[in-house]
Amino acid sequence: MDMFIEILVSAMLVIGGIFGFVGSYGLVKLPEPMTRLHAPTKAATLGVGGVLLASMIYFAWFGDHVSWHELLIALFIFLTAPLTGLMIAKANIHLQWTKDELPPTGTGTPWATQSDRPSIMDDGADLRLTSEGD
Amino acid sequence: MRRIFPHPILSAMLILCWLLLVNDFRWGSLVFGVILAVLIPALIAPYWPSRSALRSPGKYVSYLFLVIWDIIVANIQVAKIVLFMPNSRLQPAWIVIPLEVRSPEAITVLAGTITLTPGTVSCDLSECGHSLLVHCLHAPDPDSVVTDIKSRYESRLKEIFA
Repeated sequence: MDMFIEILVSAMLVIGGIFGFVGSYGLVKLPEPMTRLHAPTKAATLGVGGVLLASMIYFAWFGDHVSWHELLIALFIFLTAPLTGLMIAKANIHLQWTKDELPPTGTGTPWATQSDRPSIMDDGADLRLTSEGD
Repeated sequence: MRRIFPHPILSAMLILCWLLLVNDFRWGSLVFGVILAVLIPALIAPYWPSRSALRSPGKYVSYLFLVIWDIIVANIQVAKIVLFMPNSRLQPAWIVIPLEVRSPEAITVLAGTITLTPGTVSCDLSECGHSLLVHCLHAPDPDSVVTDIKSRYESRLKEIFA
């Protein structure tokens, strides 16, 4: 049984490593900033996920007790990865894209990043979300 | 009860996170977890005034598993694109998703899902919050991506969030 668990853990590590590699290789290979942004989201999900799963299995079987920290790491990564991706995308839109290059929103208002009005994060934003533009 | 715990699910998550951080069950850490579960929602209350409504937690769990499965499948597809497809054949595209969900929580979950499933990154929200700008790594047929996201994720989120 030890042997089987060891093979499972190694397989998880290799899978995690492969996706981590694909993520960083994509960062170099893909042509422009917006497509490059796609590569790290891969490394952040399956790459890290594989390593965390390997760690959980290893400590559950060979360690003293089950380690739950890996679940927390996965949770925090799933919470923060989309936010950093969004921030990088927004910075890129600010720097490189004009209103004509992006597709129209179809709602009569511009994209939030290119808007001239105060931020939607200001007071009353929730009201505007639910009441305007229908 | 509602004044102490304005967001019951958030409070439960905080207690759970604290216990997981301690990595061992002790009554003392449970008490401290409860203290955190009261303090943190009180601190962030000004930024989250509306009561979130999670209609069916069971559907939310099945949604989580659906997303995890999609992440695995899409990861393999994108790995193929990155490793084997020459840049000249790559067809990146902006797509616009008209939103039917209105609550900020549901939109956040949808945008996060889109970013986590590889091949798509949600980039911006229209000013009124009624359509989402998504960038696709390789989309020969952008319209099918829109209907895919709407039928697969948004329809489920509409049921989950009131």
